[in-house]
Amino acid sequence: MSDKPSISREEVANLARLARIDMSESELDHLSSELDVILSAVARVSEVAGDDIPPTSHPLPLLNVFREDVVKASLTAEEALSGAPAKEDGRFKVPQILGEEA
Amino acid sequence: MAIKYDEVVSTFDPVLGLEVHVELGTKSKMFCGCATVFGAEPNTQVCPVCLGLPGSLPVVNRKAIEYTIAIGLALNCSIAPYSRFARKNYFYPDMPKNFQTSQYDEPICKNGYLDIEVETEDGIKEFRVEIERVHMEEDTGKSLHVGGATGRIHGADYSLLDYNRAGIPLVEIVTKTIEGTGKYAPFVAKAYVKELRDILRSLGVSDVKMEQGSLRCDANVSLRPIGEKKLGTRSETKNVNSLRSVERAVRAEMIRHAGILQSGGKVKQETRHFHENTGETTAGRSKEQAEDYRYFQEPDLIPMAPAESWIDEIRKNLPERPSERRKRLQIAWAVPDKEMAAMVNADVLDLVAETVELGADPTKARGWWLGEIARIANEKEKWAGELPISPENVKELIDLISAGELTDKLARQVVEGVINGEGSPKEVVAKRGFKVVSDDSALMEAIERAITAQPDVADKVRNGHIPAAGALIGAVMKDTKGQADAAKVRSLLLKHLGQSE
Amino acid sequence: MIRKSAHEMSSALASGETTSLELTKKHFERIETVDGKVRAFLHLDKDGALESASKIDERRKKGEALPPLAGIPLALKDVLVQKGVPTTCGSKILEGWRPPYDATVVKNLKKNGVIILGKTNMDEFAMGSSTENSAFHPTHNPWDLTRIPGGSGGGSSAAISSFEAPLAIGTDTGGSIRQPAAVTGTVGVKPTYGGVSRYGLIAFSSSLDQAGPCARTVLDAALLHEAIAGHDEMDSTSINAPVPKVVEAAKRADVKGLRIGVIKELQGEGYQAGVLERFQESLDVLSALGAEIVEVSCPSFDYALAAYYLIAPSECSSNLARFDAMRYGLRVGEGSAEEVMNATREAGFGREVKRRIILGTYALSSGYYDAYYGSAQKVRTLIKNDFEKSFASADVLVSPTAPTTAFKIGEKSNDPLAMYLNDIATIPVNLAGICAISIPSGLAKEDSLPAGFQVMAPAMADDRLYNVGAALERELLAKWGKPLLDFAPELS
Repeated sequence: MSDKPSISREEVANLARLARIDMSESELDHLSSELDVILSAVARVSEVAGDDIPPTSHPLPLLNVFREDVVKASLTAEEALSGAPAKEDGRFKVPQILGEEA
Repeated sequence: MAIKYDEVVSTFDPVLGLEVHVELGTKSKMFCGCATVFGAEPNTQVCPVCLGLPGSLPVVNRKAIEYTIAIGLALNCSIAPYSRFARKNYFYPDMPKNFQTSQYDEPICKNGYLDIEVETEDGIKEFRVEIERVHMEEDTGKSLHVGGATGRIHGADYSLLDYNRAGIPLVEIVTKTIEGTGKYAPFVAKAYVKELRDILRSLGVSDVKMEQGSLRCDANVSLRPIGEKKLGTRSETKNVNSLRSVERAVRAEMIRHAGILQSGGKVKQETRHFHENTGETTAGRSKEQAEDYRYFQEPDLIPMAPAESWIDEIRKNLPERPSERRKRLQIAWAVPDKEMAAMVNADVLDLVAETVELGADPTKARGWWLGEIARIANEKEKWAGELPISPENVKELIDLISAGELTDKLARQVVEGVINGEGSPKEVVAKRGFKVVSDDSALMEAIERAITAQPDVADKVRNGHIPAAGALIGAVMKDTKGQADAAKVRSLLLKHLGQSE
Repeated sequence: MIRKSAHEMSSALASGETTSLELTKKHFERIETVDGKVRAFLHLDKDGALESASKIDERRKKGEALPPLAGIPLALKDVLVQKGVPTTCGSKILEGWRPPYDATVVKNLKKNGVIILGKTNMDEFAMGSSTENSAFHPTHNPWDLTRIPGGSGGGSSAAISSFEAPLAIGTDTGGSIRQPAAVTGTVGVKPTYGGVSRYGLIAFSSSLDQAGPCARTVLDAALLHEAIAGHDEMDSTSINAPVPKVVEAAKRADVKGLRIGVIKELQGEGYQAGVLERFQESLDVLSALGAEIVEVSCPSFDYALAAYYLIAPSECSSNLARFDAMRYGLRVGEGSAEEVMNATREAGFGREVKRRIILGTYALSSGYYDAYYGSAQKVRTLIKNDFEKSFASADVLVSPTAPTTAFKIGEKSNDPLAMYLNDIATIPVNLAGICAISIPSGLAKEDSLPAGFQVMAPAMADDRLYNVGAALERELLAKWGKPLLDFAPELS
């Protein structure tokens, strides 16, 4: 019996943080056992993924799709802000950002 | 007590890594047709694509690729025959998709170099800065932090987001580690960014205004004991938005690192912010874990394989290198090395060139930009180009002097006036009522007054002691409030006292 | 009138037998009568549809030459943005959002004068095979209201199946058009990847998603295919080539001499006996028409499900990051931006979506990328190769569309893996980027519920699907004596 891939509750909690989704304790429990099962099923891809096989990221063999540097009509500020949960002075209003500026 | 810089560099060997971001001056954004005009009303240059609305898709701007290839070629890079975009995944409100479309393991340009010159005590030294990669990505929106004391993020109540800037093409230029600079590290960093800026400007791919953010520099600094091979822990300093700041930030970090290491501490690998007013860096919010960006190839974009013929054409159209231009100008203007270096250091070469192009004599143009104007710039802790005096102004000034309407002394006051906002040189002259007194009779009256006031000095001159005339000339200048033509005064005075030059 | 095909309705409009306004009204009446039970729709745009219908009638009265589908009603899967009309993707996180722009598919529909009745229900963000993951309510299979209509596009297929609309648009990432078509006894097509623009198609898995036609007949689907397909400069992954002549192929319906490859790995264990029986019967029909049946083997297909459930969640974990309460959609929670993001995504996303986002985040994280996402991309290459090899010896490949008929609502909703198995025959097509169609193959003997026959063709050879599909459809219709949907129980 080969190493069964498994995912710890702590890892799931980390992933939830990375993905910005709050999770309750019970949800974390639930999810980690579900993911354990799913991972066992999908882990088999590594069985056939030999080094000599190139990965496919795009189904089509297209190359060089570009557009010309031409200005096109934008949305109006009103249209852009139309779905905003909050706005002020023509800008999207968001709560206090804790992280540092990029 | 901070360690002195000399001590730092006699104990430690600095290693640098510089990342420069350039906003390309394309008409439309990287992945959509929105305009890129600076200063537009908030959220008026946005569309579903750059707003990251559900369902939107990016399409690559060909001009942005062309500009990036030009940059790569100018930096002696090899252009990748095949490259792709990748998603850099992280959450931040100024990034509409919460991932940045960038490039990861397949950048479009790789392995180049840039040769720069730095003035050392042993003369001009050349350094080769190796370039790891040049790749394309997109800029983020701009946030206004409201409610905090300084308008910075800490302590703000909320933020207001404008996405006009989101999606503007950005090119990132990353150096390999820069080693062997020793005490010149800060100057090498500054010279590199400056040369890079000049190249980008000459390519016409960006307006490279550091003050406006179209050229940004992040400086990575680490120290290791001299002789040690292993690299020390580095810190990354962001928010470096002027050439002067590049130099100051590198120096500040070297001193800070040395202070920590000397006292037996460990340098933290962290991001720091540079503060213009203090010249120091402060730590950014520390992260508990390193961010995992989970890069993967962007499925919404198609790989790029630029044709050789296209690359050749871009290469053919590359303009003269700044370093070549400098050599050409130096010969054309007959400028000695030291003065040439001074012009480059003070970053007034382009200003001088513009002035010369308007018809001014190169030596005179240089004299003003490097002289009085540079002096005032230094006083104000600014760069000459930031002062409100233009090549047109300087040309006008030089013309006025040549026409005899201004003395050198008066001209210096005119420069001051122009910089103070009193108008063009002609306007300043009119406002301040400068008039060179060259009317012989008026001058003779002043000369008589001076002789009457200092009869013994006059006698000395009569008796052949020419240098004594200086006192009398000085008196005449004072009398005419500096508006006399000193040379004329001298010749009239001497003649009057029976002497010749 | 509502039981006619779109093609027949088009003739009726052209001849003046009815007007688009009448037709549209009749469909809204039907919806009113049955949708309380079927629950195919999330939103109805009565005003917009009636106005568009009137305008088309006016143009027709003036003698203007109109496209074939002008004035025909259609149901739009709620994953495509329609300007000014609520678009939810079956999710609470977009509840109430009205997009400020139209998807290219919607633009094309409007250009063709098609009347959009409303938005149909779906599994949240297209993740699911039963439409039970919709944040709002499940959709019920018109054949048996206690059963699922398939997913993720169950709403669109159910609307077709219950005569609430003659045409619908769905999207297919792992089978989300074809599997619902199979279990509702209707036609569904996944065009070649890149054949139909994805601009305005809210992304689930970018390298797999594709919008396509849903209808009651193969010809109808072909007409709709031609109306929506084509190159789009707003979509970099869009193919810059003429649309395959699918209407012509649907009319041709001639399989004489065609080589039909049966994929060994897509039958047998896990497939319901009645489904396999109908599949074999369809093969016999095609064989009798002069097609040559061959067997092909695609061993890498055994890994297709695993690869799909790594690639799709990975891409979706990134695609769904934009839903962060800052610019549109739901916003709940107090405190910092991060806290609001976390709370909103917790409240706004359902369980399956959260599951896949976490799985995808894991598969892409450093240290795991090579074993999971990276390996899955290699399996994708193997699948492409197997298809290529097989298409060397066959013009089209076939399989049952789904392993079973419609199961009961609630039956598999607590077992993700069991749910994922519904896509086992459809997923390889998306991974390779080729095209496929599902045609009703009849009713399974065990439960008298519809089963589907899947035809697959190489990329850009979409016409082959319609050719084979139309031929099979014609023969089966003759066999049954009436359309399959006439066997379905009356709804009203």
